[in-house]
Formats: sequence, C-alpha cells, structure tokens
Amino acid sequence: MKVGEGQARMGDEQARNTAEAVARRSYGKLIAFLAARTRDVAAAEDALSEAFAAALADWPVKGCPANPEAWLLTVARRRTIDVYRGRRRDEIASEEMRVMTDGLEAARRDAEIPDQRLALMFACAHPAIEASVRSPLILQTVLGLDAKKIASAFLTSPAAMSKRLVRAKDKIRQAGIPFCVPEREELGERLDTVLDAIYGAFAEGWTDGAGVDSVRRDLAEEAIFLCRVVTELLPGEPEALGLLALMLHADARRGARRTAQGEYVPLAEQDVELWDAETIAEAEELLRHASGMGSIGRFQLEGALQSAHVHRCRTGDSNWAEVVDLYDALMTVAGSPVIAINRALAIAELEGAGAALATLEEVARDARLAEYEPYWAARAELLARAGAHGEAREAYEMAIGLERDASVRGWLRKRQATLTSGQKS
Amino acid sequence: MQYLMMLYAEEAGWNKMTKEEQQQGVAAYGAYTEALKKAGVLRSSNRLQPVSAATTVRVANGKPQVLDGPYVDSKEQIGGYYLIDVADLDAAISWAARCPGAGHGTVEVRPVWSMGG
Repeated sequence: MKVGEGQARMGDEQARNTAEAVARRSYGKLIAFLAARTRDVAAAEDALSEAFAAALADWPVKGCPANPEAWLLTVARRRTIDVYRGRRRDEIASEEMRVMTDGLEAARRDAEIPDQRLALMFACAHPAIEASVRSPLILQTVLGLDAKKIASAFLTSPAAMSKRLVRAKDKIRQAGIPFCVPEREELGERLDTVLDAIYGAFAEGWTDGAGVDSVRRDLAEEAIFLCRVVTELLPGEPEALGLLALMLHADARRGARRTAQGEYVPLAEQDVELWDAETIAEAEELLRHASGMGSIGRFQLEGALQSAHVHRCRTGDSNWAEVVDLYDALMTVAGSPVIAINRALAIAELEGAGAALATLEEVARDARLAEYEPYWAARAELLARAGAHGEAREAYEMAIGLERDASVRGWLRKRQATLTSGQKS
Repeated sequence: MQYLMMLYAEEAGWNKMTKEEQQQGVAAYGAYTEALKKAGVLRSSNRLQPVSAATTVRVANGKPQVLDGPYVDSKEQIGGYYLIDVADLDAAISWAARCPGAGHGTVEVRPVWSMGG
C-alpha cells in the first residue's frame, strides 16, 4: 500500500466520522434553522443532504473544517438559494423569494446556530397537519429518521408513509404554517399536540417490551430525547415535565419486562430490583418539580399513576383508592377507552371484579375495542376473577388472536390454561 | 377492500419444533383465525400441503410441461393464506402483524383486484 493511499483512506474515514458526529448532534438544529427561514421542510432536507454529500467529498481532501456545522449550513444555504432562483420563479412571487434569500443571507452573520427545533416541532404538530402524521413528521424532520424505519414502527407501508410525509411538508409550505413558538394564550393547547406527537412515537417504541427490536427501542429513546429538548427549551411547562417523567418511569422498568428466556412479565410480577432506580428517581424529581407549578394536566396525572404503581410494587402498600382517584381525574381531563380499561382493573382491586366488569360494559360500546387486545385481556382477567370461566376462556382466546407479541401470547395462554384445569388464580 | 395474506416460512421449521411448541403454534393460529372471524373480516383461509406435494404446470406453444415441485426453489415457501376484507392497507397490515406466521416467517399482503363496484 502506497503512503498516499493510506493517507487518503484515513482522510475518508475521518471525514465520515466527523460528518456522522455532526449529523447525530446537529441534524435537527440545521434542518430547523433552514426550514424556519424558507418554510420549506423538504427543500431543507434535500439541501442538507447534498451538503453532507459535499462534505464527504471535500473534507477528506481539504481536511475537516473547524466549524463543521457552519460549513454545512453555508453549502445548504447556497444550494437552497440556487434552487429558488433557478426553478421556482414561476411559483413564487419575486418579493417572497427576496424575503427568503435575504433571510438565508442574513443568517450567515449569526455566530452560533440558534436552536429552532421547538418552532419546527410546533409546525409539525400544527392543528392543520393531519393528526396521525404529526409523530412521523417530527421523527423525520427533527431526528432525520427515514420513512422506512418510521413506517415499520407505525405499521404502515413505507410507500404510503412517504406520501403522507410529502403531503404534510407541502401543506406546511403552501398553507403558510408558521415556524414559531405560540403565544402564551395558545401555548398550553398547542404544546399538548406536540407532546401528544412525541408520546405517540414513544408508544410505538414501547410495543417492544424487551427492547430487542432495535428500531422500536430507538424510537422510545428518540421520544425521550425529543421531550428533553422540549423541557430544556420550555423549562416552565409542567406537562412537558410530566410527559418526560411518564416515559422515564416506563423506560426504567424495561429490564424487568421479560425473563431471561424472553417470557412476558406483567407489572405486578416484576422483580423491582431489575428496575433502574436512578431513572425512577429522576422521574420522581420531575413530577415534584412539575406539581410545584400548580397546573395539573393529563401527562402529570399519567406520571403520577406510574409513580403510584412503582410505590405499591416497592412497598406493598395497597394504594388502589389513590390509583382510582387518579384514573377518575384522568378520565375527566383526557378520557379514552385505554384509560377506562385500566381504571376498570384498578376498580377491581377496590370493589371486586363484578363492579369492574360493569364499568367495562360502558367502555365496550366503542367499536374499536373489538380489535383491541388490552380490552379482551382485561375482560378475561375480570371474568376469571368473577368465576365466569367459560366466558373468560373465550375472552383470552380473543386476546391471544389479537396479540402481536408472541411472548405476551404465551403469557395469556398460561393464564387461560389455569382456567381449564379448574385452578382459580 | 380485499387483501390476500400469503404466509411464507421455512418448511423444515415446523418439524424442528418440540411437540409443545407445535401445540402452541396450532393454538395461536386457532385463536388468530377466531379473532378474524369475530371481527367479521375473514373471507377464506387455508393451510397448504408441503411443497413435496406441489406440481408446476406450464403450456408453451400449445404443449403442456408438468414438473414436480414448487415454482420457485427458495428456502421460504408459501404454506397458507388468509383472504380478508378490511377498510384499507393499514388495517390489513395490522392483521398481518398479528398473524403467528409473521413471527417465524414472512407474510405478504397484496390487495385483490376489484372489478368495478
């Protein structure tokens, strides 16, 4: 190997490592910065992607720049301006174009790239954007996740997901959706949609209980990361703290959700020693901090419920009355079939299976529940406790048929089998 | 809309399983099929015999050509199917993800051509 070749190889690798490091820590900031000025998310993504390609060609030869972010931004800005000047004359009024290019030029004077990820998230979660595409949009624009990965997590075809993302970005551009943090009066409500979108991503990631699916585990981590960004940029918002606490609580228990053999372990049976105590402590501190701000909301309540469950599992203190109270509050603030089902299970602990089944009947009228595994699993549990073994068996059968996770299916079958053999559980 | 879910798996896989695993497999499919029926979306389903029972037929220039074995000689072969009628592709994908076959093989989901109405 000639000396020159070896050096070239090192240059390539160094360039790639630097580019990857920049992408990891700054992708979202760079996209947000570019998109905020042009309102054109897709163009920002294209321009930045080309800038990264240019970096991989240029840096091995000329060395990595002292400020790689600024270098990339310069190339991306120039590219965007070229695109607008060249192709969009007919689409955009010259006044508009001038405003855009002026914005891009002026930004060059900023010493440090301002963090506008929050504005980008508010744009992605704007009410005018179709609700089910808000999570995917945030994941792609702020984190750079590709449509295939996002589609798998949300159980959609990658082609369909790509189309919806393109449509959403078009809408942002054409409808003039603003890139800004809303005013105080609107902030609470608009923040709810952002938090909802982040939680949506977490929920998809959370379907991988054992964390063995790297796509899903990443998604849960990405959601936590996004929420941290929000709490850092909006430190006075209790619901953001509540959501972070909620996700950290759930994440802390990841190590206990499966046995070494990969079998499912429900909360009540988990070994608390396998929980991450530090993460739980952080979650508790966040909830304390949030409650001090005096504005209770859905995520704080869900966080408080997690806290109550953890307390009960650690101390044996049967705090079901408190848990039911929290569910009652949650039902008024953000009622949903999911919450009603969990509330029913808590009521069973307090008032018995009969009362719980009665509340479940009210929930059952929602047609979506026919295909919702947790509903059937809860129903089966309660019927079993009430002694209705035949109906319980059928309900378990439905739950098994609707469950995606083989290890949860295995656990449901075990529960079902205790019925058949006549053992009461 | 109707979708055909085709279940692909390694045929030898079944025999490699323990008796208990096979029982669990049968039970899982049973529960899954029941769920499809209760949801009112199942139109048809069948398990196919192994590829050792397959025959390929072609007619070239008016002459039939008959061969033993499956069309494609691959590790994963189609072992069964479900024909379902659901609202859209997302719904079909959701059901496919629940199919036990998705856990140990692959499920291909394809829309059925609809003729007019």
